[in-house]
Amino acid sequence: MTNSIGELEKDARCIFVIGSNTTENHPVIGMKIKKNVLYNGARLIVADPRRTDLAKIADVYMPHQPGSDVALVNAMMNVIINEGLANHDFIAQHTEGYEDMAAVISKFTPEYAEPITGVPAEDIRKAARLYAQSGSAAICYAMGLTQHRTGTDNVKSVCNLAMLTGNIGRPGTGVDPLRGQNNVQGACDMGGLPNVFTAYQAVTNDAAREKFEKAWGVPLSGQNGLVLTDVINKAHHGEIKALYVVGENPLMSDPELEHVEEALGKVDFVVVQDIFLSETAKYADVVLPSACFAEKDGTFSNTERRVQRVRKAVSAPGEARTDWEIMCEVATRMGYPMSYENSEQIFEEIRTLTPSYAGISYQRIENGSLQWPCPTEEHPGTPYLHKDGNFSRGLGAFTAIDYITPGELSDEKYPLILTTGRSLFHYHTGTMTRRASALNEHVPAAELEINPEQAKALGIAHDGMVRVSTRRGSLEMKAKVTDMVAPGVIFTTFHFAETPANLLTSSEFLDPTAKIPEYKVSAAKVEKI
Amino acid sequence: MISLTINGKEVQTPQGSTILEACQQAGIPIPTLCYDPDLRLAGSCRMCLVEIKGRPLYAASCVTPAENGIVVETESPGIVAARKVILELLSARHNFNCQVCEKNGNCKFQDYCYQYGIKESRYDYGEETNYPINDCNPFIERDYNKCIMCTRCVRACEEISIARAINVENRGHHAKIATAFDGNLADSPCVFCGQCIMVCPTGALTSKVSAGLGRAYEVDKVLTTCSYCGTGCTLELNVKNDCVVGVTSNRTVTGSPVNKGALCVKGRFGWDFINSPDRLTTPLIKENGQFRAAGWDEALDLVAKRLGEIKTEFGPDSMAVFTSARVTNEENYVAQKFTRAVLGTNNVDHCARL
Ligand code: SF4
Ligand code: SF4
Ligand code: SF4
Ligand code: SF4
Ligand code: FES
Repeated sequence: MTNSIGELEKDARCIFVIGSNTTENHPVIGMKIKKNVLYNGARLIVADPRRTDLAKIADVYMPHQPGSDVALVNAMMNVIINEGLANHDFIAQHTEGYEDMAAVISKFTPEYAEPITGVPAEDIRKAARLYAQSGSAAICYAMGLTQHRTGTDNVKSVCNLAMLTGNIGRPGTGVDPLRGQNNVQGACDMGGLPNVFTAYQAVTNDAAREKFEKAWGVPLSGQNGLVLTDVINKAHHGEIKALYVVGENPLMSDPELEHVEEALGKVDFVVVQDIFLSETAKYADVVLPSACFAEKDGTFSNTERRVQRVRKAVSAPGEARTDWEIMCEVATRMGYPMSYENSEQIFEEIRTLTPSYAGISYQRIENGSLQWPCPTEEHPGTPYLHKDGNFSRGLGAFTAIDYITPGELSDEKYPLILTTGRSLFHYHTGTMTRRASALNEHVPAAELEINPEQAKALGIAHDGMVRVSTRRGSLEMKAKVTDMVAPGVIFTTFHFAETPANLLTSSEFLDPTAKIPEYKVSAAKVEKI
Repeated sequence: MISLTINGKEVQTPQGSTILEACQQAGIPIPTLCYDPDLRLAGSCRMCLVEIKGRPLYAASCVTPAENGIVVETESPGIVAARKVILELLSARHNFNCQVCEKNGNCKFQDYCYQYGIKESRYDYGEETNYPINDCNPFIERDYNKCIMCTRCVRACEEISIARAINVENRGHHAKIATAFDGNLADSPCVFCGQCIMVCPTGALTSKVSAGLGRAYEVDKVLTTCSYCGTGCTLELNVKNDCVVGVTSNRTVTGSPVNKGALCVKGRFGWDFINSPDRLTTPLIKENGQFRAAGWDEALDLVAKRLGEIKTEFGPDSMAVFTSARVTNEENYVAQKFTRAVLGTNNVDHCARL
């Protein structure tokens, strides 16, 4: 997030939520947004194919077609430019690339976007005016915006929108991705990515590499590594011989599960380190038992860059050990001695190599927390980035983005669009929540959400069993007839091993930059069984 | 700053404070039931009554402004008598079974009854107020036979969770907290966040997941960060005999900077996977398609040997590590260091995108 969660409760005068079912996926942030809207007078715009809880209290709700985000946001910008609502001072002083972007935007009149998005032109106008005229407007998005073949474009679009109106660099403004998992932010910050060391220092940058070579005492590769989906594809071709998986469950979370299964089968040696024998662990040659969050010390970094302590409360079961201890042991046995007294000692090493974390210490966050960048011990941390429009790269760059259709289109055989997501009561691949007794008792199985009109046409009753199929496979589950989804769209969750929704999704259409699969759009059909 | 006299002592307090706040700043305890610093004031229970010299009526200190020069008594005989009446009235409809109550030892109502020596009630409503214990969800038990009608749950639901699932129904002795149409929480807008449990001063609202596992005085509370979504709420793991038996909120700004004690259903009730019998407890090695338990040395040596062999034979880029958006920063750092410095490849990623 460029800004902080707390600002969504009071500072933001308008909140534009796109592709985030906030009250289910980030419930406490959802509470803050609702409080701002219902009690503090903030205006709310929601764009989502599903009528979410927030959509119900929105000033403008736009149920856009899955995959039409760019067209929708471009049309909002078209209105803002044509009605003279753009912030030209901000554009002149802090940005570049406006002209090229505006040229692409010129054709995206609301009337042009209406048939693409399915959103009435008048609603697009209303949303554009609200967003541009509120003074301080924030954009929140989640996987609903990113899990498309155009995910990167979608994100750049909303950045364009924020810059066009100068809604950046002040409290209550900004572009706020709501991260799905507790420590996604931290995993990225720590260099758990194939192209960067900690704090996004590029592996291809000679100076950065030299710094890490010196610190770690070994020569390092300057060639970008493979992203997760490419690893799976290469494994499929027999080019990956060893895979070491720490607490991930690609056999539930990755698209086209059969493809992943085959790929794992072709890897000579698979190590899985986890707290449960996950679906993925079943394919391992060696499984190493690890400690869960309650059994170790450390830090997590939340979606607003806030670094907070994780504290050991109980012993790990049996012989389970913390993930870092296990990896240090393997490293040492491979001839590279790695050992730390405790997690704090690791954090101290991180600080020396990670400029944005340099000022953070366990002592400083013992009674509180700090938001990075925090470069020195005196620095108070950074609640919002790009203060006064000063972007870290100098000028904020507009990107000219045209709309392209989703990779998968519906046809006669697969006339519906299936989109996937999460339930309030479960988390990701369900390894934890399916074993949390109350959560699993309350929501024991996946359901297929279908619009009443659609259900009637197909003879499907509420709670009746249906078979949902895509070009990749089919699953059987109960139908939930609800006007949460529009006719033409169906929805299910991916938490349940019995009905793994990613059996249905495609790994064919990846976002070219971020390599994100198109989870949110699969052509599908539904039958009563 | 203004200055007033409380129990004979001169006390300074900022302009705009209530008498209750002035007392709290001065370290003078005042019993409260309906007051909650994060919620709209109700001023309804009257437990916090104080006597102000020269005023004919006792004042509820949580809603009465502190004024310059006033003289306040907080435990005068008249005040004590008034508080006893309030407690006796509440006792008349209270089902005391402290010996099995989850809240025993951490219950404001129990504490005040003890403090003011309420052994029996002079009041009898003549008719039983006997409410069935609502049970139709796996998260929250509602036993309104222990409710003191402070309405903190209603206000927390409305003001913190913005769910508006519950409200006050009926009036007088028959007043109770209920969902619309007095049904089950599961059929209301309730999102099972448990904020109502967090604020309830009695055992009327309790967690079913923690039921019977340990009471407040038996557990240690360890402040940590939720392991589910990226919001990063802080919570307290309640530990008894090296076992997590519950989750409670820390409601301070420093202890809980993101959420100030508010949690969602996963954070508050989704913790018992920690104790699941399915947890892995020993390394496993696959032999002939079957896993067998192994010691650490054997498993680690095997991993090191095989990775070493593959590195030599096929080169570093034939290997990859998936680190995790779930483990700590320190572990992610070690994972990428291991990948880069030991395996010698940049093939490290996690499921940020999935
Ligand atoms: S609510 Fe308090 S007073 Fe009532 S039974 Fe429980 S512990 Fe005792
Ligand atoms: S659990 Fe949350 S939503 Fe449900 S009644 Fe309590 S406060 Fe309201
Ligand atoms: S249930 Fe608890 S919080 Fe709610 S009114 Fe009764 S005693 Fe107060
Ligand atoms: S308590 Fe709920 S909202 Fe808060 S971090 Fe945990 S899962 Fe997210
Ligand atoms: S605490 Fe003051 S009236 Fe209830």
